[in-house]
Amino acid sequence: MATIVDITQEKALEVNNFEFTYASADAPSIKKLDMPIAKNSITALIGPSGCGKTTLLRSFNRMHDLYPGNKYDGEILFKNRNILSPKEDLIKLRIQIGMIFQKPTAFPMSIFDNVAYGMRLQGIKNKTELADRVEKALRDAAIWKEVKERLKHDANGLSGGQQQRLCIARAIAVEPEVLLFDEPTSALDPISTAGIEELVVALKEQVSIIIVTHNMQQAARVSDYTGFMYLGELIELGHTEELFVTPKEKLTEEYITGKFG
Amino acid sequence: MTHTQKRIIINNVVMVLSTLSALVGIGFLFWILGVLVMNGIDALSWNIFTQEGAPPGYEDSGLKHALIGQFMIVGVATLFGVPLGILAGTYLSEYGQKSKLAETIRDISDIMMSAPSIVIGAFVYAIVVAPMGHFSGWAGSVALTIIMLPIILRTTDDMLQLVPSTLREAAFALGAPKYKVILQVVYRGAKAGILTGILLGVARVAGETAPLLFTSFNDNFLNTDMMEPMASLTVTMYNYATSPYEDWQKLGWAAAFILSMFILSLNILGRLFIMKRKGK
Repeated sequence: MATIVDITQEKALEVNNFEFTYASADAPSIKKLDMPIAKNSITALIGPSGCGKTTLLRSFNRMHDLYPGNKYDGEILFKNRNILSPKEDLIKLRIQIGMIFQKPTAFPMSIFDNVAYGMRLQGIKNKTELADRVEKALRDAAIWKEVKERLKHDANGLSGGQQQRLCIARAIAVEPEVLLFDEPTSALDPISTAGIEELVVALKEQVSIIIVTHNMQQAARVSDYTGFMYLGELIELGHTEELFVTPKEKLTEEYITGKFG
Repeated sequence: MTHTQKRIIINNVVMVLSTLSALVGIGFLFWILGVLVMNGIDALSWNIFTQEGAPPGYEDSGLKHALIGQFMIVGVATLFGVPLGILAGTYLSEYGQKSKLAETIRDISDIMMSAPSIVIGAFVYAIVVAPMGHFSGWAGSVALTIIMLPIILRTTDDMLQLVPSTLREAAFALGAPKYKVILQVVYRGAKAGILTGILLGVARVAGETAPLLFTSFNDNFLNTDMMEPMASLTVTMYNYATSPYEDWQKLGWAAAFILSMFILSLNILGRLFIMKRKGK
């Protein structure tokens, strides 16, 4: 059984007995997984390729529903409701649980329209309110200074790191409660990566964060909790420092010391 | 002869042969354009645009009837073909995806793209002209719509599929409903490509003669009633060019020139869009 640290603070999400099976697969990719996610903290998910960490992350906003035939089992509790229920309103859920992708996903429109996109979806039309919230989101994402002179320019003219911060601004503009990061820096250079990491740490005041990363140093640098996954199971969830210094599970120790993975 | 010398000689022979072949191909293109321009410009006059057809021997005959007829037939076909093609392409790329139905539609539309246009003309003759009892502009437009449809459908499908799926996921992740993801994000990303498909589709049907012979037929005078037979540049050109009268043959050259320039500019425009998209 997995070693899971006792989280005393309030929880943002609780995964109970969760299983996930892809449409094309016979066996589940995630097996009987239990995992608490602490509120206003950063939880990192690490593990070798194919261990199911991205699959788990994409379950939190039901991204798998975009492709037919995928199957969820068990429950993920968010605000006292099971978000895996077929009755769940996915549009509302995705407003509350935002996502940042591996590659920057700036829409083919202006910088301003990108950040305003989510707010407009919610029916906000008031120009001053939009402008204020776009500015706040861009400031919070530490990119306001670079783009304030060219809000009307095409977002695809920005560098990769800038685009990723723009995507973060777009996600936080709708004031989500949870943000999911799927290897957000794997397509970026070291300087942009450092910028994004700083930003992620600053954001935990406002939101609860789950970050999937291939980079163990990154997990160690930014996260409060780290979960190590292997073959579709959570092996260990602990305070980041403890997990990296004194792992309780042998598999965790072998992975973080580079014996496999 | 050493091995190296032999290799160099073979290398040169292949290079010269392939270059010559390319030149022959380009040579024919420029020859056609040259003949067209020389005969066409010679035949061009203000009358071409202001006068209707006239019996041979009349001074002031022109192609006004054919130009307007062509514009109406192709215009109506575009009005039908473009929305139908874009919606069908959207179904394939965004809804049908890799399903059996979608793959079947793709296969059928590929077959339709290479179907001889005269067969489509015969088909429209059977389903529109015969029941109506006479040729009409509408029948011509229906034939051209059928020819245009698979081109626009397939380019739309291809161009939409080029939009990265992460872009769609990012829009969904912000709580966008599917129709807004398609309208606001996917279409925007594929704008230049879809426009190219439309231009190439219009260019393709604008040069069709065979399907119009069966459907809109011809009229030597100006007619703007789509219920009646209608003149088109292509059929007019066919009639005039094969006539024994020199002044009619001249009008045929003028029609050929105007049509070629129109189609050439559509093609160049389409290619410019593609280049602009790649340049980004």
